[in-house]
Amino acid sequence: MRVWLLVGLLCAPAQALTLQQIAPDTWLAQGEHAAWAEHPQAAHVANASVVAGRDCLAVIDTGGSVAVGRTLRQAMAPISRLPVCWLINTHAHPDHMMGNAAFAGAGPQGRDPEVIGHARLPAALAARGPHYERAARRDLDPVHHGAAPAPPLRTVADTDRVDLGGRVLTLRAWPTAHTDHDLTVHDEPNGLLWTGDLLFADHLPVLDGNLLGWLKAMDALRGMNARLLIPGHGTPQAAGQVLARQQRYLEQLRDVVRASLRKGQSLQEVLANPPSMDLQGWQLTPVFHRRNLSAAFAELEWEPSGDTR
Amino acid sequence: MKRRIVLAATLLPAAPVLAQLKTGDNPEGSERWQKVRASLFAGRDIAGDGDAVARLEVPNRAEDAALMPLAIRAQFPQTPERHIRKVWLIIDNNPSPLSSVFSYTLASGQADIATRVRIDEYTFVRAISETQDGKLHASTRFVKAAGGCSAPPGRDAAAAAASLGRMRLSVIGTAKAQQPLQAQLMVSHPNDSGFVMDQVSRQHTPPHFVRRIDVRYAGELVLSADVDFSISENPNLRFYFTPQKDGELRVQVVDSKELKFEDKLVLRVGD
Repeated sequence: MRVWLLVGLLCAPAQALTLQQIAPDTWLAQGEHAAWAEHPQAAHVANASVVAGRDCLAVIDTGGSVAVGRTLRQAMAPISRLPVCWLINTHAHPDHMMGNAAFAGAGPQGRDPEVIGHARLPAALAARGPHYERAARRDLDPVHHGAAPAPPLRTVADTDRVDLGGRVLTLRAWPTAHTDHDLTVHDEPNGLLWTGDLLFADHLPVLDGNLLGWLKAMDALRGMNARLLIPGHGTPQAAGQVLARQQRYLEQLRDVVRASLRKGQSLQEVLANPPSMDLQGWQLTPVFHRRNLSAAFAELEWEPSGDTR
Repeated sequence: MKRRIVLAATLLPAAPVLAQLKTGDNPEGSERWQKVRASLFAGRDIAGDGDAVARLEVPNRAEDAALMPLAIRAQFPQTPERHIRKVWLIIDNNPSPLSSVFSYTLASGQADIATRVRIDEYTFVRAISETQDGKLHASTRFVKAAGGCSAPPGRDAAAAAASLGRMRLSVIGTAKAQQPLQAQLMVSHPNDSGFVMDQVSRQHTPPHFVRRIDVRYAGELVLSADVDFSISENPNLRFYFTPQKDGELRVQVVDSKELKFEDKLVLRVGD
């Protein structure tokens, strides 16, 4: 009986997690389009990937709870027996890194994998971790409760590389865009680019950093000429449309907020009556669009043209 | 003096573990509120008619816990016969529940305030106003939001330090004699709570926040605000004042390190 209960608990989130191969030696556990902790099962909402070389695996983002991370680890078992040498966190949002602890002992010789993140990730995690723990306890099923992960021991201020054995991943730390600590992972020879939340597909982009900085990052992402972009949320796809769509949303967001500021509107007024924008085709707009307006407003009101005088 | 006591009692680094509220069914059942009430308003009646005096406006759910717009709107103009002297803004489940005390004069014209606050947990938010007759009136709302007080400042620390104390003061609309005119004050300031712990040193960053704002028009006080870090980064206030004649709108801001910042605006008043 006890065994069944345990298995039942551990497998509760497993129904939603499958690893699909998206390129040779490359797998994706695609998240469902929901806001993390929006409902009691909403833990696996961000994409998590597994990349294999000759000697090592790297896991790029680990899911929104230790339970999700554990199911991811279980799903990896039939695919490869290689150790997980690195956990790469694209940023500190809970849907991307609360699963880190599930990989304890998954590294070479049963050691823990080396956790890698942006140089500013530890500060963001220190500030927010306790709130993520509390939010999980309040809003998620008990199976998803757990402590926020330890900060990464290896941080990237500019660029860095990890070699999985015949397969090198290039890590790049970005100036403030989606957050102030976005990290991308580029498998250049194979043309694969993990954008983290610098790119959203179908799921409305979420601004938690700097809007104008993000628009600049979009240009830089385009310039990386990857064959396949793996977004933080949504289906992997070729550059082009997916970048253009996000660009259009972010540019519109910038333009409507600037227009509101020119009219002398307050943040309260803008949130109560959001300016009209084309939101068609985006998911989760009720959860995130007004939040984006709020963040954009607080940023752009300091522009010289935002002066209401 | 009472304000100091409340702050000291609630600034203990380990914020007490709170029962996590999910609903706003019982505003009087909040333990934090009962403590704040005893400390600030001991023995005084508080009428539940605040919505007809100084009405609190908040969203049901804060889109961003570090930046929730909030307004307290007087339901009548400031006249010698009837006016609002003071409004206490209380956010029960924030680390320091007494967020702000706004003091008004007849020259305020309209005792309104619009600002943005941090919300640390699901919480009741209360605007307790005191009218000219010394009576207290409560306007209470429940807000769903979490994580505001220890949200890290959005920009990099160097940029924030470089722009510290930069201000923008503006009026919205045209100044007309004897009519309340809205003004906006923006202050570039991290308004740091000091609750973010450095994981390596295990030290908390020292708090650094705007604590006092005084606004005068033509030498006469129109608004004083005692505030703390539950006001969002880059504090933003919208308020009213009634210009009688041409004059200077002057703002003095003092922060918790006793740094002083000033700005002013010369106003021509039309007929």
